[in-house]
Amino acid sequence: MLEKLLLGNLTLDAIPWHVPIIMGAAVFMAIGLVAVLLLITITHKWKYIWDEWITSVDHKKIGIMYLILAMVMLLRGFSDAILMRTQQAIAAGHATGYLPPEHYNQIFTAHGVIMIFFVAMPFMFALLNMVVPLQIGARDVAYPYLNSFSFWLTFVGAMLCNVSLVVGQFAATGWLAYPPLSELYYSPDVGVDYYIWSLQIAGVGTLLAGINFIVTIFKMRCKGMALMKMPIFVWSALCAMILVVLAFPVLTVTLALLSLDRLFDMHFFTDFSGGNSMMYINLIWVWGHPEVYILVLPAFGVFSEVVATFSRKKLFGYTTMVWAMAVITLLSFIVWLHHFFTMGAGADVNAFFGIATMIIAIPTGVKVFNWLFTMYKGRINLATPMLWVIAFFTTFAIGGMTGVMMSVPPIDFQVHNSLFLIAHFHNVIIGGVLFGYFAGMIYWFPKVFGFRLDEKWGRWSFIFWVIGFYVAFMPLYILGMSGVMRRINHYADTMYQPYFIVAAVGVLFIFIGIILQLIQLAVSIKNRHALRDRTGDPWSGRTLEWSISSPAPLYNFAVLPTVQTIDQFWLDKENQHALKPMQPKEMHYQPIHMPKNTSAGFIAALFAGLAGFAIVWHMWIPGILGFVGAIGTLVARTFLTDIDYYIPAETVKRTELAHLKEMAHAD
Amino acid sequence: MQTEAVMAHHEHHHNTDAIDVFGFWLYIMTDCVLFGCLFATFLVLNTMGMQPSALKSHLNLYDVLIESMFLLASNFTFCLAVLNLYQKKLFKVQLWLALSFVLGASFIFMEVTEFIHLAKEGFRWDVSGAASAFFTLVGTHGLHVTFGLLWILLLIIQMPLLKMNQVARRRMTYLGLFWNFLDIVWIFVFTIVYLMGAI
Repeated sequence: MLEKLLLGNLTLDAIPWHVPIIMGAAVFMAIGLVAVLLLITITHKWKYIWDEWITSVDHKKIGIMYLILAMVMLLRGFSDAILMRTQQAIAAGHATGYLPPEHYNQIFTAHGVIMIFFVAMPFMFALLNMVVPLQIGARDVAYPYLNSFSFWLTFVGAMLCNVSLVVGQFAATGWLAYPPLSELYYSPDVGVDYYIWSLQIAGVGTLLAGINFIVTIFKMRCKGMALMKMPIFVWSALCAMILVVLAFPVLTVTLALLSLDRLFDMHFFTDFSGGNSMMYINLIWVWGHPEVYILVLPAFGVFSEVVATFSRKKLFGYTTMVWAMAVITLLSFIVWLHHFFTMGAGADVNAFFGIATMIIAIPTGVKVFNWLFTMYKGRINLATPMLWVIAFFTTFAIGGMTGVMMSVPPIDFQVHNSLFLIAHFHNVIIGGVLFGYFAGMIYWFPKVFGFRLDEKWGRWSFIFWVIGFYVAFMPLYILGMSGVMRRINHYADTMYQPYFIVAAVGVLFIFIGIILQLIQLAVSIKNRHALRDRTGDPWSGRTLEWSISSPAPLYNFAVLPTVQTIDQFWLDKENQHALKPMQPKEMHYQPIHMPKNTSAGFIAALFAGLAGFAIVWHMWIPGILGFVGAIGTLVARTFLTDIDYYIPAETVKRTELAHLKEMAHAD
Repeated sequence: MQTEAVMAHHEHHHNTDAIDVFGFWLYIMTDCVLFGCLFATFLVLNTMGMQPSALKSHLNLYDVLIESMFLLASNFTFCLAVLNLYQKKLFKVQLWLALSFVLGASFIFMEVTEFIHLAKEGFRWDVSGAASAFFTLVGTHGLHVTFGLLWILLLIIQMPLLKMNQVARRRMTYLGLFWNFLDIVWIFVFTIVYLMGAI
């Protein structure tokens, strides 16, 4: 009895000892983990890691941690992609490939979940954390402690998803876990439960981060920065975060209801006793469609910043850009049904959602033309961030075009759930979201780390990524048009095989692109002194983040800036004010009020992770322990009063003078 | 220098109050969306499937009315606690908070009793989609109230520790928003689930 309460359904049999691929991956992960832990121990860095990173509430460091999480999970999600592409390249006709269906199903589910929730979302929050407070002239986000808690919840969610690889199994249902397949009677193992709880925990983290950034943007802007004078990236972040707070509660409810079905025999989405599985599909897409825009709007923001900076011109049509994003924000909530025109809602309903979907192409088109007009007659510098932007234009336009095609219900009926759809959304998510985030990462890298990324290796990785993308996904359009469905792990007709082989070659190219990115990172770290950004303004930027040193000091701005216009920093440079402040040595600095680091967010998130893992395995005692522990930690922190401190004016002065000295050296 | 720092400190707290409460409003908005989904689910599932009006024969509107009065009264007493906080009367603050707790706990007691009664009569959460939606919607509200009760207890303890300072006032504002919000949600539950269900 006690054993049951403690361990629930968890036994040693939950570990798939007999599956070599999984055990290999497990050994690989274990070696990596042990190596990292050993390295930290040998170099005596535990205290440093704990004091400077785990307990940190500094938005720049939290941003870096989000970035590392996204990169590590990208490798995992991409290895799933390699497995799928090679399986499909092999498994034609009599050949069955090397992945049995039940394993293959878990792989495509994990691929989708990881890429959206644990790569794209953390990557977006990495950029937001690194950039938004700096662009609005603030010293931190509105709630630094909540920010740390949000990150650790996301981290714990990702780890729960990783644990499922070795202990038990992941969902084999597709990335949105449609019922009735995800109900207990079709998916009796723990896969769907892992899915539910890793997303539930990460989702709460995202929701809290969304609230945090909305408050930051509305309330923490520097003096003079009216809403219509905000950098466009901040606008994109604001729109995305409004979508987060409106959409993520829906995800929370949907997953909770599915969980109630599975845990307590309820009948929300069962196909009997008055349940309705289409209810789930409606709810999950009420969250899911805005989610796509949550990801792509910040990428649009990045493109706007990068295009303006590297064309050395003011962004064309700032106001229309803002309105276009606002319209997209609004429209994204009234198009969810286009994900299942085949539900049979009738011609009138489908027509409404089809037309609403087509209308989204208008504001998006406005944005594309604004970017093109920004480049028109600009002095274009083809540095790597700009290369990604140019690749984005064509790639995203193709993806958008196929999207409009599918918004026509009769066409959608033909290509629904086919590889055409897969090609479409990879076209917009890789071509739009990922390319944008890469551009943003390279663009803001010096601001966060203090040195630029190597251009030569960056260019090579760009070439392989882009070629790889087209080679991998264009064949899928043709296959989809020919009627090949998504999520198949074997097909009888060998006529399709050449296309799948080409797609697999494309993935190989992308793989090389990723390797080259890792090399780029390693080379850049090695040459960090040569690549050092001494001025704090390596690209000749336009917005406030480039007015301070690289890496940005802990307090961001020694004196909170005041702005009168958009691109104030650019204007200051033109007027020669910003670079030569009046007698810096005699400047009067004030002590700066900062929040103290705290471990509460980290500990509470770990408890939440324990609770999630325990519910998956029906381990009720650890489950209660985790739940009470998480709440208890948060409550315990409310008793603390000593939660902030002052950076002395002397320290501020010393830091600022050091930067000015280095800057003078650069000239 | 020292006085400057103190002044800056003071100003900081003054500024962040408005910021913090705005964030809590946003949280309340997200909770609105959450309840909105549960209401939608209830409305869809309550009118379809095998037992469309099973709820009707089990409802006792008088009990629910008394239950509602407990919750509304606890909101009133909470407001009295806030008024006393601004007059810095520690004992009265704690007293009114304690009374709010008792009234809220009575609400939860009646709700749990109703649930047990319904389950005994055969209207369990696992008999139909409609029943699942009923228990989940009303139960989620009940969980929120339970969480609010724990929060009231926490504030009763923290009131003397914080010496009713700015932080204490801010926390009372949070809890006040939360407690009011749950009343509003309950009015919708009462109307949509109970009144419309009984008609």
